[in-house]
Amino acid sequence: MTNDGTILSVDGLKTYFHTEDGVVKAVDGISFELKKGETLGIVGESGSGKSVSNLSIMRLIQEPPGEIVDGKIIFDGIDVRALSIDDVRKIRGRRIAMIFQDPMTSLNPFLKISKQLTEVTVLHLGHTKQQAREHAIKMLKLVGISDAEQRIDSYPHEFSGGMRQRVMIAMALSCDPELLIADEPTTALDVTIQAQILELIKDLKARMGTSVILITHDLGVVAGMTDKIIVMYAGKVFEQAPTRELFATPANPYTKGLLKSVPDPAHEQGKELYQIPGLPPDVAHLPPGCPFAPRCSRVEDICHSEFPPFVEINEDHHSLCHFANDVYAESKSEVAK
Amino acid sequence: MLSFIIRRLLIIIPMALLVVTLTWGLVRIAPGNFYSAEKKLPPAVEANIRKKYGLDKPWYTQYGMMMSNIVRGDFGDSLKYQGQSVNEIIRRHLPYSAVIGLLGYLLALAIGLTAGTVAALKQNSGFDYGSMSLAMLGLSVPNFVLGPILVLIFSFWLYLLPPGRWGGFSGIVLPVITLSAIYAAYIARLTRAGMLEVMRSDYIRTARAKGLDEKTVLLRHAIRGGLIPVLSFTGPALAALLAGTVVVEKVFAIPGLGNIFIQAVLNRDEPLILGVVAFLSILIMIFNLIVDIAYGFLDPRIRYE
Repeated sequence: MTNDGTILSVDGLKTYFHTEDGVVKAVDGISFELKKGETLGIVGESGSGKSVSNLSIMRLIQEPPGEIVDGKIIFDGIDVRALSIDDVRKIRGRRIAMIFQDPMTSLNPFLKISKQLTEVTVLHLGHTKQQAREHAIKMLKLVGISDAEQRIDSYPHEFSGGMRQRVMIAMALSCDPELLIADEPTTALDVTIQAQILELIKDLKARMGTSVILITHDLGVVAGMTDKIIVMYAGKVFEQAPTRELFATPANPYTKGLLKSVPDPAHEQGKELYQIPGLPPDVAHLPPGCPFAPRCSRVEDICHSEFPPFVEINEDHHSLCHFANDVYAESKSEVAK
Repeated sequence: MLSFIIRRLLIIIPMALLVVTLTWGLVRIAPGNFYSAEKKLPPAVEANIRKKYGLDKPWYTQYGMMMSNIVRGDFGDSLKYQGQSVNEIIRRHLPYSAVIGLLGYLLALAIGLTAGTVAALKQNSGFDYGSMSLAMLGLSVPNFVLGPILVLIFSFWLYLLPPGRWGGFSGIVLPVITLSAIYAAYIARLTRAGMLEVMRSDYIRTARAKGLDEKTVLLRHAIRGGLIPVLSFTGPALAALLAGTVVVEKVFAIPGLGNIFIQAVLNRDEPLILGVVAFLSILIMIFNLIVDIAYGFLDPRIRYE
C-alpha cells in the first residue's frame, strides 16, 4: 500500500452533521492524495468543509452530532476509519499533528507551556520528565523562541499571539510527525507575524521532511507554500490542480472568482475590489443543481437543474463544472495574451 | 498577593459596621420593640429596665454607645436570655450549625461534582437526563418539604434514623441530607454547564489532537476550567450554610445559630440580632476572600497586587 510514496489518501470522504435543521453535509465526497514531503493547500470560504475534512482524518469529529458516513482514509497504508479509538490516539500527535487557527484559545490557559509541551513526548516517545523538558526546550529554540529555558515555565497568556503559534508549532512537531495539518495557522495573526509563521513552517518542513496540509481561505498564503491545491465549496472539491497550474489556468468559475478577489495593490489602485456576489449556501438545504450556480458569473440553465460532473482536464487537474473545458480554454487564452 | 489579602481583610471592618448600622436602623424603624409583649410590664418596671440598658437616652447616644462597644468586639448581653452575652450565645450555638453545614456542603460537592461531570461527558444520555431531572427536582422541592418527607420515610416507616434532636452520628444524617439536596442539585447543574463549555473549547480539541486519552483530557486539561463556576458559588453558599439554616434546624430541632437568629428577631432581642448579623456578614466576606484567593491558584491568568 505504501508504494509510490503516498502518505495519505482520502477517497470519497463524507462527513455529515445531524442537526435539528436537518443533515448538514459538511464534507460530501472529497478525494485527494498526498505524497511524502508534499504540501497540499486546501482553500475555501468559511463553512466549505476544509476544517471538517481534516478533523475527520484525525477522527476528531464529535459524534454525535457529527458522523463520518462514507469514504476511505488511508494513512501510510493504515485504514484510519477501521482503527479503534485507542489506535487512533497512537497516531494523533505522534504521526499526524495539527496546528489550529487561534493560538489564543488553542493552548490551555490553565497549564504551563512546559506541561503542554512535555506531555506529548512523555506519552508518545516514552520520555522521562527530564528528557521531555530538554526536548521541549530544544523544540522551542527550533521555532525561534529565545531564552527558551526561562520561558518554558510561562503560561500561555504571558506570550504574544505569534509566540503562542510558535509554541503550537513546537508542540505539533515535537514527535517529528510524518504529516502536519495546519488549519488556518496564520488567520488570527498580524500580517507581519503571518509571514514569519509561514516562513517557519516552510523552513521546518524542509528540514524535517514532513508532509503538510495547509488549510486556508487566503490564496496568497498557499501560493508560495504548496505543491498542489484543492478548492473546496459547499463540502465538495471544486477544483484540484498543481499550484502553478491552478493559478495560471483555472478551470472553474469559482476558482477564477477567488483569484479575481485577491487584492493587487500594484495594479488595481483606486479600482473597486472584486468580490463574488452572494453568500456561501446553507449546506443543510442545497439546491439540486450546482451549489455555486446562484453566485456563478457564467451560469446557464443546466447548472440549476443538474449536478455538474468532475471533469478531468489532465491527469492532475480536475474541475467540478459543466463547462470546465470551456473555462480552462478561456483561461489559457488569457494567459496567451 | 499579601497586600491584597491585608487590604481585603481591613475593609471587612467598616463593611461589617455598616451592615450593623443598617440592621440597627431597620430594627428601630420597625413598629414595636422588645417590651411590646402580650403581657405588658408595669410602666415603672419597664422604665427601670430601660434605664439599666441605657434605652432612655436619645437614639444617637444609644447608637454611639452601642457602636463603641461593638468596635471593641462587645455586643453586650442578650435582652431575652438574661445575663448571657451575645458572644457567648453565638459561640455556644455555632458548632451545631457549622457541623451540619460543612458536612452538608461536602456531601453536596461530592454528589454534585460527580453527577455534573458524568452528565457533561455523556451529554444527552440517559444518565444526563436522569441526573438533571433529579437536580431540577432537588432545586424545586423546598427543604421544609423534603425534611418531613425524609423523617416520614426513615423515622416513622423504616425506624432507621431519629426524626430530630442532636446526638450522635445518626442524629445528623437526615438534616445533612436535607440540607445538601438543593446545593447538590445546584452544583451538579453548574458543573455540567461548566464542563460542557470547557469540553467544547479549542484547547480541549488540541489536547485530543495530541493523542491524550479522555481521562487525561478531563483530569489534566478540562477540570480546572470547569470548576470555576462551582468555586464562585462555594464562597457565599458555605458562609450561609455554616451560619445556620433556619428551616432545617427548625425541622430537626437542632439548637443552631439559625434557630437562635429567628428567635432573636421574633423576640426583638436587639443585641443578639446585631451580633448574629455582624458575625454572618464577616463570615461571608471572609469566605469570598478565600474564594478570590483560590481563583488565583486555579487560574494563572488571575493575579492580585
